[in-house]
Amino acid sequence: MSVLARISGGVLLVAAIGGAAAWYLAAPSRLDAATVASLGNGDATRGEQVFWASGCASCHAAPGADADAALSLGGGERFVTEFGVFVAPNISQHPTDGIGSWSAEDLANAVMRGVSPSGQHYYPAFPYASYARMKPQDVADLYAFMKTLPEVEGKAPSNELSFPFNQRWALGFWKMLYLDDAPRVELANASDEVLRGRYLVEGPGHCGECHTPRGALGGMDSSKWLAGAKAAEGEGNVPNITTGEGGIGDWSKIEIVDLLETGFTPEFDSVGGSMAPVIRNMAKLSPEDREAIAAYLMAIPGHASAN
Amino acid sequence: MRLFIFATAALTALTMGAHADPLADRKANMKERGSLLRVLGPVAQGRADFETATVLDALEKLNANAQAAIDVDALYPEGTESGDTKVKATVWSDRDGFKKANDDYTAKVAAAVEAQPQDLESFKAAFAPIAASCGGCHEVYRN
Ligand code: HEC
Ligand code: HEC
Ligand code: HEC
Repeated sequence: MSVLARISGGVLLVAAIGGAAAWYLAAPSRLDAATVASLGNGDATRGEQVFWASGCASCHAAPGADADAALSLGGGERFVTEFGVFVAPNISQHPTDGIGSWSAEDLANAVMRGVSPSGQHYYPAFPYASYARMKPQDVADLYAFMKTLPEVEGKAPSNELSFPFNQRWALGFWKMLYLDDAPRVELANASDEVLRGRYLVEGPGHCGECHTPRGALGGMDSSKWLAGAKAAEGEGNVPNITTGEGGIGDWSKIEIVDLLETGFTPEFDSVGGSMAPVIRNMAKLSPEDREAIAAYLMAIPGHASAN
Repeated sequence: MRLFIFATAALTALTMGAHADPLADRKANMKERGSLLRVLGPVAQGRADFETATVLDALEKLNANAQAAIDVDALYPEGTESGDTKVKATVWSDRDGFKKANDDYTAKVAAAVEAQPQDLESFKAAFAPIAASCGGCHEVYRN
């Protein structure tokens, strides 16, 4: 998984440069009190939409899982990289093997800041660098929905990372560089629909994690936002989904919406690989949300394919 | 004797013809699925009218196309996993799973022809599992 490899490499490099001030600067930063206070009471029905929009099941349920199986969040999926193996943890409601005893604040700190309840950094293989843009209310709703999901017994195995990649503290530097909640692209006079699309794509949908090329330290290159990238796992490329050359400039809005609902491109090829679970999730959103995503993709700057 | 030589040559040419370029053959076979779905897909999506003759004709062709790809070993032999291909290594490492996915797909297409759908609802019921198998197989066996 070259992306993770680069992230880990970047973390190391920055750590080496960082030197002595390391421990202090790399300390995890949690959500501020105002954000925590705004978590409020969640609504499980709305939370289900947030759950599909943010694709938690793609990594934490069994590969290929659909319907009820996708709600069984026992983890265990392995992400193999040249630096070792990341394993998706059990995030079911099991009180000890999963996260059943977590508060809404715990979940929000994990999802939006990559910080564990005990104050450790998570690896950005967990796409919190995108989820940082989520609305606190959405995370509160997500929490309420996850509370309704089954307990799954059994802890997922730990990551198998060797020194120095197993040094979680060093991730603080990576976060200093790449963790923020600013919009990825400036959009002048954007309609409400495009703004909704921006939220879904840049935040919960985390489309950029796969579709945007990364720089030397593993951060997303916003100047080539969604212009396509090397696939994180295996060979192959993730396509350019901007309107630029090699992208989807000749797709109509309806064609983009159809793809998100059915998985079929205008040529009636059916997208596969890591996009297949994304389609299963997108198919569960409202038609308006799929239209908003399409409107956003058509509104952002076009780039020639980055790969 | 002449006849024998001729026959052998023809046979060799024939079998060679079928397997000379398995990579190109399987891609052409898949492309044809795409063009047939360009007929069937919009009908299922309600964007084109249901016309029995058109739909049955496209289903027949999809069935012939599936039958032409039934021999996985011929179309996906060792040595065709690299080059201008999007195929995943899982086609070889999980050979049985891939063959099963191919057989399942072929059976669903055959069942749709068998069903001879005469209206939109019955067509949609027969078509949905076919459409799902395309993405299902691409998820695991294609980059
Ligand atoms: C691209 C894959 C991916 C997606 C999508 C994803 N996660 Fe994770 N998640 C991971 C990985 C990998 C880890 C482990 C990170 C580590 O070891 O530092 C993780 C860790 C976690 C943890 C910490 C669990 C613990 O025991 O400490 C929680 C909670 C979590 N994820 C919740 C979620 C939620 C909620 C979503 C959807 C909003 C989500 N994840 C989406 C891959 C993913
Ligand atoms: C886990 C990685 C991943 C994520 C997350 C992801 N994609 Fe994809 N996407 C892919 C891959 C891989 C393909 C190519 C699939 C294929 O050709 O079979 C793809 C294909 C596409 C295509 C078709 C492009 C074409 O030219 O055929 C569109 C449109 C698209 N994605 C949009 C999105 C949107 C919108 C999101 C966020 C909601 C998203 N993707 C999230 C990996 C991802
Ligand atoms: C049993 C597995 C399987 C099934 C079922 C399947 N495909 Fe494929 N498809 C593949 C593989 C593997 C490739 C990659 C071939 C290659 O690049 O060598 C592919 C490639 C393709 C391509 C790209 C061809 C090219 O190179 O231009 C299209 C289009 C396509 N499939 C359409 C479909 C459609 C439509 C369906 C359903 C009606 C379908 N496929 C069903 C396995 C499958």
